[in-house]
Amino acid sequence: MFQHIGEIIELFWRTLQALPLCWRQRGKIRDQLFEIGNVSLFMVCILSLFIAGVVALQTGPVMVSHGLGSVVGGMIGLSMCKEFAPVMMSILIAGRIGSAMAAEIGAMRVYQEIDALRTMNIDPVHYLVLPRMVAIALALPALVMFSSPVGWFGGALVSALNQRIGISFDAFFHSLRDEVDPGDIFNGIFKSFIFALAIGIISCHQGLVTRGGPRAIGRSVTKAVVNSIVVILILDYFLTRILLYVQK
Amino acid sequence: MSAASSQPENVGVEVRGLRKSFGGLEVLKGISFKVNPGEIFVIMGPSGSGKSVLLRHVIGLETPDAGEILIQGEPVGARDVRDKYRMAMVFQSAALLTSLSVGENVGLYLTEHFLKTPAEIAAVVADKLALVGLQGLEDRAPGELSGGMQKRVAIARALVMEPQLFLFDEPTAELDPPMAVTIDEEILKLKNRTHATSIIVTHDRTLAFSLADRVAMIFDGQIVFIGTPEEVKRQAEPRIHEFIYAKPPTSKSPLMS
Repeated sequence: MFQHIGEIIELFWRTLQALPLCWRQRGKIRDQLFEIGNVSLFMVCILSLFIAGVVALQTGPVMVSHGLGSVVGGMIGLSMCKEFAPVMMSILIAGRIGSAMAAEIGAMRVYQEIDALRTMNIDPVHYLVLPRMVAIALALPALVMFSSPVGWFGGALVSALNQRIGISFDAFFHSLRDEVDPGDIFNGIFKSFIFALAIGIISCHQGLVTRGGPRAIGRSVTKAVVNSIVVILILDYFLTRILLYVQK
Repeated sequence: MSAASSQPENVGVEVRGLRKSFGGLEVLKGISFKVNPGEIFVIMGPSGSGKSVLLRHVIGLETPDAGEILIQGEPVGARDVRDKYRMAMVFQSAALLTSLSVGENVGLYLTEHFLKTPAEIAAVVADKLALVGLQGLEDRAPGELSGGMQKRVAIARALVMEPQLFLFDEPTAELDPPMAVTIDEEILKLKNRTHATSIIVTHDRTLAFSLADRVAMIFDGQIVFIGTPEEVKRQAEPRIHEFIYAKPPTSKSPLMS
């Protein structure tokens, strides 16, 4: 385990050192951005809409019954932009994109394509890891920025349509505007940026250390997704503590 | 690439006391040999004798447990050796990047090192593909080609580097006999055209004896004999004899007399 952590830190450091080569690798970064955005945008919309809808459904009636209907919008607004959007979208991206990264790089490893790159004096970190890391670090925060408003809309819709809540769109967004400030939105975007780096580096590393045949690729994909989700949840706790401290 | 590199000079290779183990199993047991500049050096031996692992060490894909590999007297693992000397390897599986087209595979070295403009790269790719008899296949996916064609694409990809050291891992494995002969001829043409030093790992006797300047026989991670093809054929060492003639030496054998 400690060997893997050391390797991940080293891979991350080598990727940081390769950042000046981003312009050279812009074609691959663009392809990866398209891949992440294209396959994930629709899922992000569906997920955000229904997560916020369920939160509204579960908490709205209770809050209204205690005379707190005026803060439902603010509560859903804050929970979406600070927690649900970054964490749930990161888990979605770990499942969709992290697994694809680990599978693609793992297959290249198993079928000697990475060895072929090395014989051509092409650094796999520059060719494979850097474009993926930059793309996910840009795409995930962008998806989270998109996810929060879609979630707010979902929460507002359920709050307005559900008779046990019965909060109008205007009242919902009035409450949301009172509670959510730009710092809260930045809070979620910052978290998602850190989660993106974690997903990218864990998935790329898992692909690069794949050994064996097709079964090993499957194992690498599973490890990449599971490890990414565990790290996201652990990081979320510590980042929340730090950000709450900073925002005091 | 400079104009001077269009006629690449060749390099010498020296392997000294190379040892490598994987999970407690010693695969290479103190291998030493020298390959002269411009020579075709064939490493021959049965499957599992450590040939491919040895070749991966020569190009720096593996780190030895002990011993060293020198390219023109410099350790292959040294930081600038890969920049100084152009080394290319054709893998047993061809190892083409399946996410790229045939043309992109062949031009990958030039594209990634920004050595030429896209138009110049396209011209070089067309030229190298024509050399291996695959002209016009630039836009095909590697998966659409047969094993032999993939291997020829891999040779074209290596040729683009104008290598000073050319490594082949089982170039005729899994090919039908006519295709094996074609690959055989390609390697010989390559030798005549570039004069690059070549190290070929194979268990194909026909290939070895038709191309080699010298042959090294490797058994169980150890080199047991190095000599010209004729000297190898005359060897009475039981394992070599059995490998070459597919039967153990007998007292009646002309080689034993």
